[in-house]
Amino acid sequence: MIIVARTLALAATLALATACATSNRSGDSTLYQGLGERSGIAKIVEDLLYRIVEDDRIAPQFKGIDVVQFHTNLTDQICEISGGPCTYTGRAMTEVHEGMNVTETQFNALAEQLILAMEENQVSTSAQNRLLGRLVELHPDITHR
Amino acid sequence: MKPSTLCRLTLVACVSLAPAAALKADPGSRLWATGGVTTIEGTAGGGLVPWALMSGYASDEEWGGTLTLSRAETDDFTLNVTGAALNWRNRIELSIARQTLDLDTLGAALGQDELSQDIFAAKVRLAGDVLYSDYGQWSLGLQHKHQREFDVPEAVGAEDDRGTDVYLAASKLFFAAVLDRNLLVNVSLRGTRANQGGLLGFGGDRNDSYEAMLETSAGILLNRSWVVGAEYRQKPDNLGFAREQDWWDVFVAWIPDRRLSVTAAWADLGDIAGLEDQRGLYVSLQGTF
Ligand code: HEM
Repeated sequence: MIIVARTLALAATLALATACATSNRSGDSTLYQGLGERSGIAKIVEDLLYRIVEDDRIAPQFKGIDVVQFHTNLTDQICEISGGPCTYTGRAMTEVHEGMNVTETQFNALAEQLILAMEENQVSTSAQNRLLGRLVELHPDITHR
Repeated sequence: MKPSTLCRLTLVACVSLAPAAALKADPGSRLWATGGVTTIEGTAGGGLVPWALMSGYASDEEWGGTLTLSRAETDDFTLNVTGAALNWRNRIELSIARQTLDLDTLGAALGQDELSQDIFAAKVRLAGDVLYSDYGQWSLGLQHKHQREFDVPEAVGAEDDRGTDVYLAASKLFFAAVLDRNLLVNVSLRGTRANQGGLLGFGGDRNDSYEAMLETSAGILLNRSWVVGAEYRQKPDNLGFAREQDWWDVFVAWIPDRRLSVTAAWADLGDIAGLEDQRGLYVSLQGTF
């Protein structure tokens, strides 16, 4: 009787653990896949860069940056945040945006360009919303520094 | 609503909004739909309930504003609203609105065919941002309302021809909250003595003091140009001659571009001046500059 109960308990625990692991992994990786995996994200970030340059509200802030480094780091960051197999190796958000005094207008402008870049790459509304929900967590580390 | 009404509204809107659009190239940087629409009281919000959002799309380095025309038709009344609002740096909103309630059924008996009031309002964003703050956005607002013809409200027992509502509003957008769609939630607490929003004056024989009223609404952003939702507005019941009910509505707003929004709602305004079950269609057109 005890053995049966234990076996059942073990099976239940295992089933639960597997369910959690799967749901965690699939929960996270659906967003990563929704963004088109690393290559899709790299394309979105590239389009975002073109849009930044054209946008007078934010272009001046980006003058003279190392474009390749920015592209690699932002791509890795979005890849990691969306549950992909990447590791962000850039500087901390507070450190990067220190002294830039990024305004709300500029943060909104960048968010707008990111949304338009995602639309351009046929990212679904669901995936867009989920990514934005995670990125806005960084707002306090980026603005007014 | 008669089909001609919408056509007429559209025409008037285009004619009157075009100069405003020409005045300013860009309506502002806040993200689509985060300016809400304009309430029947001229304040940024839904149709009936003020939200903590500031009118239009101006962000912290910008200014902007909105022009709005709205119309509601129920069995026995027609409400027309013209409104304008200015937003300075997403911090201060100033607005004016004129409401005219046509007494389609009662007019002949009362010898007056409309009730009308002007609303001068201000809203200040106290703290937070609807998208970026965990605690949401908080605003404090005043609506000073002024009757233009007080005979009818006075005859049915209203104490004053003017009054000031005060409200505290909180709004928050939850990203990917319902089927991965963004959810906007608003709660406002209003101190008021207004009868039927002020169209029947302020204070009355049954109650003459300020009371706290709860107003809430929620909307789902289907994508960045469509919002569907519902609103509920609690109301005082100050006049002895006829009971007053709470208001509610369900709405859909289309925001094809930051410059323009079209809102349609099904509103239930309860009994008004003894005429029961005033329900009907509400349409609102807003231009943003
Ligand atoms: C959600 C919003 C944002 C995210 C996730 C973000 C993320 C990043 C990342 C990952 C980098 C690269 C860091 C590195 O290379 O070590 C970066 C750099 C930079 N960001 Fe942001 N950023 C955001 C908003 C903004 C805004 C609104 C502005 C200004 C308008 C801005 C201006 C810059 C600039 C100028 C750099 C280059 C700095 C340098 O290489 O020295 N960022 N950002």
